[in-house]
Amino acid sequence: MKLPSDETITSDLLHPLLNTSWRFYLLVAFLGGIVVMGLGTWLFQMIMGFGLTGINNTIFWAFYITNFVFWIGISHAGTLISAILRLVNAGWRRPVTRCAEVITAFALMIGALFPIIHLGRPWLFFWLVPYPSSRMIWPNFRSPLVWDFFAINTYLTGSLLFLILPMIPDFAIVRDKSTGLRRKIYGVLALGWRGTTKQWHRLETAMSIMAVAIIPVAVSVHTIVSFDFSMAPVPMWHSTIFGPYFVAGAIFSGIAGLIIAMATLRKLLHLENYLYPLHFQNLGKLLLMMSLLWGYFVFNERLTVWYGNDEAEMNVFWVTQSGSFSPLFWTMVTANFVIPVIVLGIKRFRTITGCVIASFGVCIGMWLERFLIVVPSLGHKYLPYSWGTYTPRPVELMITTATFAAMVLLYTLFAKFVPIISIWELKAGKHPSPALFPEGAREHPLGEIHP
Amino acid sequence: MKALYALYPDGHAAERAVDGLRKAGVTDNDITVISAQPMEGFNFSHIGHKTYMWHIACVGGLVGFLTATGLAYITETSWPIPTGGMPILSWWPNLIIMFELTMLGAILAAVMTLIVTARLGRRRPVLYDPEVTDGKILVGVENPREASIPDLQKALQIHPSVSLKTI
Repeated sequence: MKLPSDETITSDLLHPLLNTSWRFYLLVAFLGGIVVMGLGTWLFQMIMGFGLTGINNTIFWAFYITNFVFWIGISHAGTLISAILRLVNAGWRRPVTRCAEVITAFALMIGALFPIIHLGRPWLFFWLVPYPSSRMIWPNFRSPLVWDFFAINTYLTGSLLFLILPMIPDFAIVRDKSTGLRRKIYGVLALGWRGTTKQWHRLETAMSIMAVAIIPVAVSVHTIVSFDFSMAPVPMWHSTIFGPYFVAGAIFSGIAGLIIAMATLRKLLHLENYLYPLHFQNLGKLLLMMSLLWGYFVFNERLTVWYGNDEAEMNVFWVTQSGSFSPLFWTMVTANFVIPVIVLGIKRFRTITGCVIASFGVCIGMWLERFLIVVPSLGHKYLPYSWGTYTPRPVELMITTATFAAMVLLYTLFAKFVPIISIWELKAGKHPSPALFPEGAREHPLGEIHP
Repeated sequence: MKALYALYPDGHAAERAVDGLRKAGVTDNDITVISAQPMEGFNFSHIGHKTYMWHIACVGGLVGFLTATGLAYITETSWPIPTGGMPILSWWPNLIIMFELTMLGAILAAVMTLIVTARLGRRRPVLYDPEVTDGKILVGVENPREASIPDLQKALQIHPSVSLKTI
């Protein structure tokens, strides 16, 4: 099946922007309600203090930091994958990139919120910002938390720009196709875009530069998040494997998040003519590869600890392997490795439904992985008299639920106000120029995709 | 007259019009081609392609690197905080800040160059036609000299069905 005509592409992809059903308002009200409840719970926690949560002197990081690492991981779906596919000129990326890049932007915002929630007194967040305060205290540049500040902000800035720049030509399309107030608003957002050869060339060049710059930044972000753990002398944290282990896990969960988002958009916005089964199959193969890589890292980590036989590390090892955390550990292994390998490894099962089932499993499994990194190690440090345990309390559950609702809400609103698939990139891919495709990539232009 | 232009249904027709303008003595700098998507397969796509954006991004990266180096150095030496037995001026951890700000500098420099050189932010472009959104390709000349207008009209009229427009 070939792509639809240019006119159909424009009208199909502008349809959600120009028409609103009651279902949209219902969904926004439902998700908005959960987010408001989450904000109220956060305010309640600020007033009443951290005694409301399950964290304690021993396990001082729990749900909030688990969520922080999880969401930063999910953010690796978009910009990183989009940048890699852009650099290798993969034609099939065109309908996928914006869906993916949006995940990065919103997941980063939500992820970055958790250290602030975890502060307890979030209004003191600005102490982390490097500026000369009246008390002449600057942050400690040797602290991984300050590295987080720089890394996350660099990645967020880069990802937002990487998302917004290709939106400008699409804003111009909406401007030309709409009337009234909408035309004025999109006219402002289009920044006077005309589509001259010079503008196209500058845009493509800027996107190439940003793609080159954003890939190492994306890798650095999750490496630095792993440093939050591996720089501390805590059993099973202080490991050189944590950097690549976290990056692989982040890309793994990110791809899973992307597949779920794409399948939902395809169904709700009727994008069957743009998001083909082939897109899911390709992403499914990538997810399978990351699942195997994740299994490889877990095996490495576990074997090294077991072989080292350090008493403190073995305590954490056994409590996750066969102790009180073992149900979570084996659920994680099943969700992250067993299910994806079976579902995605067998071609017959690698359908859209199969990919979505595997992706849900991976999202659950990767959240559990973050939790199992944080809590068992903190609960079993070197001095047994300080051992402890942790049970999440309602405030933590509510705030966690609200952030998932916030993610869906932000994504829904974005899909309502911006074409979720880049119209101009899709059109450019429909008539691929020989100059655009190097020899190695020539067999993959979008126009030749068959579902 | 501020501009003279015509709309063409495809890239090949636009290419003929651009070639005609070139033969009429119009330089590439004075030819405006507007399309709804990049048209890399055609010669006219090279108009205005020369850019120093990569070099400017490198300079931006260098500025970011120097800023991070200065920020880390000045902070650590002016407000020394003994931490975990590490030296006050610790270059290994500082490398992380330096790397991040280098990349941020390069990204911001590229975006600023895009905004300036692509002239984004102009609310009322001189030469534009919304029909471009429907797939038409606009070829025209902004602020043409009065004496050259007949030649330009002839160059743009590659087919009797093509209608010329003026602003």
